[in-house]
Amino acid sequence: MAEPIRVDPVSRRTVLKGIAGAAGLLSIPAIIAACSSTPAGSTGASAPAASSGAGASAPAASSGGSTAAGTVHIGSNHSDPGEKKGMEAVNAAFTTATGIAVVMNTVDHNTFQDQITNYLGATPDTNYTWFSGFRMKFFAEQGLSIPIDDVWATVKSNYTPGFANAVVGNDGKVYGIPVDYYPWAVFYRKSVFAAKGYTIPATWDDLITLSKKMQTDGLTPIAFGDKDGWPAMGTFDILNLRMNGYDFHVALMAGKEKWTDPKVTAVFQKWAEIVPYHAKDYAGLTWQQAADTLVQKKSGMYLLGLFVSAQFAATNDPADIADLDFFAFPGLGTQYDAEKALDAPIDTWQIAAKSPNLATETDAAKAYLEHWSKGATQLLMFQNQPGLIPTATDTDTSSYSALQKKAAEIVSAAQKITQFLDRDTRSDFAGSNGMQSFLQKFLANPTQDLTAYQKSIQDFWDQLPPLT
Amino acid sequence: MAEPTTPTTSALTGSPTGGADVGVAPKRRRYSILTRRDRITMALMVGIPTFLLIAFIWLPTIASFFLSFTNWRGITALTDRNFIGLKNYETLFTQYPFFWPAVWHNVLWLATFVFIATPIGMFLAVLLDREMRGTRIYQSALFIPVVLSLAIVGFIWEQMYTSQGFINSVLGHTSSNTAIDFLGNPALNIWAVLVAAGWRHVGYVMVLYLAGLKSVDPTLREAAAIDGANARQTFFRVIFPVMKPINIVIVVITVIESLRAFDIAYIINRGKNGLELLSILITNNSLSEASLIGFGSAIAVVLLVISLVPIVIFLTRTMREDTT
Repeated sequence: MAEPIRVDPVSRRTVLKGIAGAAGLLSIPAIIAACSSTPAGSTGASAPAASSGAGASAPAASSGGSTAAGTVHIGSNHSDPGEKKGMEAVNAAFTTATGIAVVMNTVDHNTFQDQITNYLGATPDTNYTWFSGFRMKFFAEQGLSIPIDDVWATVKSNYTPGFANAVVGNDGKVYGIPVDYYPWAVFYRKSVFAAKGYTIPATWDDLITLSKKMQTDGLTPIAFGDKDGWPAMGTFDILNLRMNGYDFHVALMAGKEKWTDPKVTAVFQKWAEIVPYHAKDYAGLTWQQAADTLVQKKSGMYLLGLFVSAQFAATNDPADIADLDFFAFPGLGTQYDAEKALDAPIDTWQIAAKSPNLATETDAAKAYLEHWSKGATQLLMFQNQPGLIPTATDTDTSSYSALQKKAAEIVSAAQKITQFLDRDTRSDFAGSNGMQSFLQKFLANPTQDLTAYQKSIQDFWDQLPPLT
Repeated sequence: MAEPTTPTTSALTGSPTGGADVGVAPKRRRYSILTRRDRITMALMVGIPTFLLIAFIWLPTIASFFLSFTNWRGITALTDRNFIGLKNYETLFTQYPFFWPAVWHNVLWLATFVFIATPIGMFLAVLLDREMRGTRIYQSALFIPVVLSLAIVGFIWEQMYTSQGFINSVLGHTSSNTAIDFLGNPALNIWAVLVAAGWRHVGYVMVLYLAGLKSVDPTLREAAAIDGANARQTFFRVIFPVMKPINIVIVVITVIESLRAFDIAYIINRGKNGLELLSILITNNSLSEASLIGFGSAIAVVLLVISLVPIVIFLTRTMREDTT
């Protein structure tokens, strides 16, 4: 009260810093990529909503003399319109509750990923969105992310052991707060299955029979869009999990098993059996375009993450999203069917070690993580992006749709959960001119000489530099 | 600190050497044509460009060259352990399956530009130069793609090429099974991209060449006509040789455009699946999350060496002609 001048938590300088940070993240190819992949393409600066909200509440906080009050800078990859709205709601709730102003720096999702190494190594925001799994452990090991065991101690009661395991680094410390996840499964339209009398395939043979039937009915059996390179990884993951089990998959991702292993050959051979039922023009389609063929009832099934629901929601016809359903990938008659393993990538919030504001903002950043660990906070995001399911146990699930409840169930029924190929292995291996290209090479010619093909993958892995 | 004080003290004590220096300096200046001001101006005019050249061209080039012998990832400090000799190059030339396709695509790009797009642009310029009716309209129509950035060109053609896009619709391929997969078919997509890039390049060459044609002395044409040359002979025997400076500019631009090819392929699928280009391999390896800076630098050095070939040929030829 005595020093009203110090009350304003967002000085011109902090706003400028936020803008500079956002600008620093951009590069010309990044802008181009941002424009092409997502219509949202928002490569924005600091959020005006957050700073304007702070004006009202900050004085109250500073009069209370709370040490946590101040500002926290956050780096967000939630660039889609719905997610951005969700972020603003979350930040506003945080500012209201704690009096800490949030300066948000939103970067296009793909760009954020591409620039992550430079971002974390230079002058990152204090809190940042990231993924659990290998990618989290990697940056933790490089010392670019700080351990948050103290925060975790207070919030861990709100998480199941599956989530708890997903945020532990190689050194046993906790590096992130899990905030949402989404399962990968086979999506279909209930009305199409009902009209044509299709049944949910329980085995591989059922899947092939169903695909053939769909083909004679003039449908593309399996919608597929792999222009961006990563969607094909989902098919590899589920086949490898079903055929060779979780332990082998994880060891393969970590480089402890070889890509030349006959077990991997079997996966590619199995995959080759359903490639004829994939959309023929997959290589030129984005996942959104492929999802649209499912929306338009031109294709029958689609193995993708729950985020596919965004394309059904985008039609603005509630009947479309209500018609969407999914089933778990059929068992392949191996001992690993019982694992019911699936990809369910978990998104996290973490604290960057090299943030220039770390010294002053550590408390605020930890408060922000605590805020995110609450079900009520995660619901704010979920209401704006129904494809991301909250992770907190105390989340009020009454607002979940049948689809979302089912998604939560399929994940809790799974004994083993993987993150996704590009989150479970080193990023230099999984990149555009790495595994993405390799899988496209396979798909272009599924009957090629697999021995030579697999050797080229293993050679690529072998020549990568040591991680530490 | 010691050095500057020494002459001062010697001057104060009236040392003969100190005095002599002061006395000689203005005398010498008389022999120089340049005033002190001139010299400062010259130093600035030479110094600033030299500084910029070194800072923005030579240092990054040397740094890339140096980094290409490492496996540095850009996170930790560079240490001795990061030096791996020629291993990056060895991997590149013998193992990395996307390198040779990328080289081939760059060569294809160059060949298409040199043998197809550039001649078409020159041909259009010659046609437009004949002042036929509606020249300005044609001229604007052909020049519009050049005004658009390559990113926009990429977008436009992406919409044309998708399986539900304009070209497939016109051809009547509406189902995804019959559609021609211009963007996804690895044997086809490089050509689709070359059409898009060529579309723009034709307009570029046309405008440059048209400007050159307009500046050709009309009396040359007259003289050729009087000597009985037909239109074709006039162009190839008289106009074309006269246009030599413009021709060189066009060759240089064509080569540069081919080697820096990046935008359209990157927009379409980030240079995968048949659209590998050297520039994109550099970006994907060193600037992406992969952050293989050493490996990316090795590709950059290869691209530099390839770029040096036409540059050296061009420079030696122009320099030789200047001296003789």
